Amino acid sequence: MITTSGLTKVYRSRGREVTAIDGVDLHVREGEVYGVIGQSGAGKSSLIRCVNLLERPTSGTVTVDGQDLTALAGRGPRAGRELRAARNRIGMVFQHFNLLSSRTVQANIELPLEILGLSGKERSRKALELLDLVGLADKAKAYPAQLSGGQKQRVGIARALAGEPKVLLSDEATSALDPETTRSILQLLRDLNQQLGLTVLLITHEMEVVKTVCDSAALMERGRIIESGTVTELLGTPGSQLAAALFPVSGDATGIDRTVVDVTFHGEAATQPVISQLSRTYNIDISILGAAMDTVAGKQVGRMRIELPGRFEENVVPIGFLREQGLQVDVADAPAATLVKEGAK
Amino acid sequence: MTWSEMQPLLEQACWDTLYMVGWSALIAVAVGLPLGILLVLTDRGGLLQNTIVNKVIGQVVNIGRSMPFIILMVALMGFTRSIVGTSIGRDAAIVPLAISAIPFFARLVETAVREVDHGLVEAVQSMGGNTWTVVRKVLVPESLPSLISSATTTVVALIGYSAITGTVGAGGLGDLAVRYGYQRFETELMWITVGVLAVVISIIQFAGDYAARGLHRRGGRSGAAPRLKFLRAKAAPAATATAGSTGPVAPDAEPDRDREPVKVS
Repeated sequence: MITTSGLTKVYRSRGREVTAIDGVDLHVREGEVYGVIGQSGAGKSSLIRCVNLLERPTSGTVTVDGQDLTALAGRGPRAGRELRAARNRIGMVFQHFNLLSSRTVQANIELPLEILGLSGKERSRKALELLDLVGLADKAKAYPAQLSGGQKQRVGIARALAGEPKVLLSDEATSALDPETTRSILQLLRDLNQQLGLTVLLITHEMEVVKTVCDSAALMERGRIIESGTVTELLGTPGSQLAAALFPVSGDATGIDRTVVDVTFHGEAATQPVISQLSRTYNIDISILGAAMDTVAGKQVGRMRIELPGRFEENVVPIGFLREQGLQVDVADAPAATLVKEGAK
Repeated sequence: MTWSEMQPLLEQACWDTLYMVGWSALIAVAVGLPLGILLVLTDRGGLLQNTIVNKVIGQVVNIGRSMPFIILMVALMGFTRSIVGTSIGRDAAIVPLAISAIPFFARLVETAVREVDHGLVEAVQSMGGNTWTVVRKVLVPESLPSLISSATTTVVALIGYSAITGTVGAGGLGDLAVRYGYQRFETELMWITVGVLAVVISIIQFAGDYAARGLHRRGGRSGAAPRLKFLRAKAAPAATATAGSTGPVAPDAEPDRDREPVKVS
């Protein structure tokens, strides 16, 4: 649905060059919620602005719904008619809502419809429909200043949906909201994604957001995408930073003759109660040092750090058992890691 | 001088002042508003970024702003004659008044429009709006309270300038105070004129503030940022009101000039 290839954005100011985006290839499938996560200054904002060409990429192409936007843009700095028409089919929500304070909630939602050239009657019908969809039917005549942050963002979302877009871009939409409101807004995005088949590309610096709503995620650092894939794929990638951040586990060995093992649950295998099976089969006591688990659609997803009695050499068999179950097993200690390879031989 | 002698003089002077100020303010707003918006749009990072146009307009505005009004008026006499047909009288005074007020108002407009959050512009762009849509739906409506305050400031400054137009026989309250009050030692009449001016300025200021506040109320009910903006918008005309009331005697806009953020590009 959204594809960028070799996307690069270089800012020039006073002879200095700053590369905000450095050859990003992004692929967002139709109907999925895709999260780009990274710290401030990683280039996330520039990236999402390049998708609807609010920022002109220095090089590379952006294709949304089969339409090459970079080709529509032309050479000049101003957006031509075709690009503006394409933008109307890409909704965007912002961190600071960006609602016009001089207009009522309803008039704010009507704004994109005015740009589309709809009649007054049509506009208000549509606006009220959208307000109903985001659960703010009673606030049509209120001004944005009278709303709470969460309500403002709901208006922002309703406004973004006015042009009946297939794609919604969310620029840190929940970063200015408290955790509770964040959850409700994410839930709304999820609902819209499922009800309307909306493809959502969101950028955020909160892992929680990715964990809650995203089907796929990408980690961005210094203008580059370091890792990307579906959440399950990421979990299955050994040493994945994103997986570690999404499902953080911690805890150290309680003694010298103990083996600390990180077990990652993903895919089909994660339906069995493996830990208790392991305990019963080998008659060993297992302690759980830390775990970050979720059950999604009946499958366990997440990571767990467990401690087995005895050194690694004594635990080759139980670890082998875990691997046989299709789980991914990483031995936490560095010296032990070399032994894992030997054990694998 | 008795009241019955003064009354027709005052009445005539009042109408002359309002006539000159009214027309020149109208022209100043009509020309200054697009000019001010153009200054923002053509600036670096603006929607119509164009360094040359920006620099040229900026320079013209700067020169217009810094020119002492009396010199401008005299210098423009030929131009005025070509437009109005005469360089004397209240119609003739409108031309230099308007021309001096245009850059003044344009700068105030520039400041007001620049305050509009860029995020709003971005939002409208993301909906597929063009530059004209941005101007019409965002820049002007969102800065309207500030624009009204700016217009009020301009009108008050124009009342100050209009006193000088007395030197080209345009009449008006300032002229009355100088000719009768100063040159003929009619101190009483002078003070009455000052009083009338004070009342006129107060009414204009009040009306302007009221309109600006009314528009702001709907936006400023909660949140710190709009409230701060509101205070700023209020503080600006208040400073001018004091400057304006001394205006007719020493009619230059120095205090306004100091207050305006220096933005020479």
